[in-house]
Amino acid sequence: MNLPTPTSPASTPRPAAVPAAANAAPPAICVRARSFNAWYGSHRALQDLSLDIPHERVTALIGPSGCGKSTFLRWINRMNDMVAGARAEGELTIDGESLLDAARDLVELRRRVGMVFQKPNPFPKSIYDNVAFGPRLHRHMTRAELDDLVEQSLRAAAIWNEVKDRLHQSALGLSGGQQQRLCIARAIAVGPEVLLMDEPCSALDPRSTASIEQLIRDLRSQFTIVIVTHNMQQAARVSDQTAFFYEGRLVECGPTDTIFTNPTSKQTEDYVTGRFG
Amino acid sequence: MTGRPRTTAARVLQNRLFLAACLACTSLAVLALAVLLISVLVQGVPGLRWNFFSEYASRKPDRAGILAPLSGSVWVCTTCMLLSLPLGVATAVYLEEFARRTRLNRFIELNVRNLAGVPSIVYGIIGLTAFSRMFGLVGSADGTPLVLGDPESFLHLELPFGQSVLAGGLTLMLVILPIVIIASQEALRAVPRGLRQASEALGATRWQTTWQVTLPAAAPTILTGAILAMSRAIGEAAPLLVLGIPLFIASTPESLMDQFTVLPFQIYSWASRPQGAFHDLAASGIIVLLAVLLSFNALAIYLRIRLQRSTAS
Repeated sequence: MNLPTPTSPASTPRPAAVPAAANAAPPAICVRARSFNAWYGSHRALQDLSLDIPHERVTALIGPSGCGKSTFLRWINRMNDMVAGARAEGELTIDGESLLDAARDLVELRRRVGMVFQKPNPFPKSIYDNVAFGPRLHRHMTRAELDDLVEQSLRAAAIWNEVKDRLHQSALGLSGGQQQRLCIARAIAVGPEVLLMDEPCSALDPRSTASIEQLIRDLRSQFTIVIVTHNMQQAARVSDQTAFFYEGRLVECGPTDTIFTNPTSKQTEDYVTGRFG
Repeated sequence: MTGRPRTTAARVLQNRLFLAACLACTSLAVLALAVLLISVLVQGVPGLRWNFFSEYASRKPDRAGILAPLSGSVWVCTTCMLLSLPLGVATAVYLEEFARRTRLNRFIELNVRNLAGVPSIVYGIIGLTAFSRMFGLVGSADGTPLVLGDPESFLHLELPFGQSVLAGGLTLMLVILPIVIIASQEALRAVPRGLRQASEALGATRWQTTWQVTLPAAAPTILTGAILAMSRAIGEAAPLLVLGIPLFIASTPESLMDQFTVLPFQIYSWASRPQGAFHDLAASGIIVLLAVLLSFNALAIYLRIRLQRSTAS
């Protein structure tokens, strides 16, 4: 795996360097929110949120519809800039750099923070061109370099064997689950540090869901993954850390085991045991 | 459940009656078109001799042809298309992809829609003032135009544009620009939001997203709209009539500054003559005009299928 790493080691403290003796120490923080508030027009979608997302871990955001988890996700790569009337206040940083600066370079940010959407959304182009789209935006590459990167990205997304013989056919001919893995390959190809996933399996059948979940587990050693999901079993299966949102507030955040077996808050317990939501 | 049950028989009868009414309306429209086409074909086909295409207009019906109006129509419509497609698509891209939903932009959109309904003769008056005469601001007092470049070459301009192909193309552009803008806007709006989001989430700028994702996805629909707009342009006579284009002309255009006449104008003039022989010529002209229109539509369908195949197969 020699995917391009966008950030130099100097600027990004990676937990890989943590010595064995310090295993118990918490991993370095990637995305950090403090007193974070978000609005759509006059509707306050997120209130006084404080949350740490560690490097190279899977963080699941759970909660009933409208609780603000997707809103939070979409502020991490500033996708909310496309929404009229969306604004945010407070502290939100990635590797210590503020995300909310009006002058923030969104192109650079989105190269570092990739996103996979709820509905698979491959471009109406060939499989190859879908994966090559991001790299072509950001750098001049030779054909050989690009071929190599496309193959690596498709391999990383565990779809190479299924598509290697039809790279130049339309991506729209793939099944839903294959399309979603292609979208993950497309996001990986840019060499991001964080992968945001907004209910990536909600439009897929159980078998495709299983393959995406396996993929998420495989990718966690290389990427910081934040996944929004309505499926609590999924959160339990794939994540290291779980954050429970309710009505725009963070109720509880902790190791996934704890959240599901021994939550502190009564609300969390009711939700994860399926008593509401 | 409460309420009286509705009988199945009554509902089935209702369904049948509605179907029959729809069929009757459709066949009426098709019948009217068929009658029109057959009468034109019966009257016009005998006139489709070779010299009908190779001769200029004449006072003798058996020597009159459509060389001038046919080539004029092709010239002026090509000019019109080359002018209105980039302008119209660019306007639609701005309104759909870049403009914020301000009151001013909504007002502009509303007005584009209104402009599509303005009678074309009004555009003729604008064309006459703005392009043909240029508000009387350029050219000398005795009416001779200001010539830029070598008048013998293709690339030269005469100001004001007078009754030239360029003036006609610009005037027709005014007529079809709102149609092209609206069709392109609809086409862009039909591109799923997910594609734009995917592109921006990969770090594409708004321009890269538009050029590499949104426009290619919308291109087949835009093209169809543009060619339908062109069929409108090729059938227009009124705005060009206002420009004062000549009816009898014994040459084909060789540059954008040459005079021209168009098919609908020629047909109108033949049809308004008292002699029956000219009415037959008008029918032949209509057949040619219809053939040109149909081939444009066929081209639109062919291009759309090819573009869809190249993006989505």
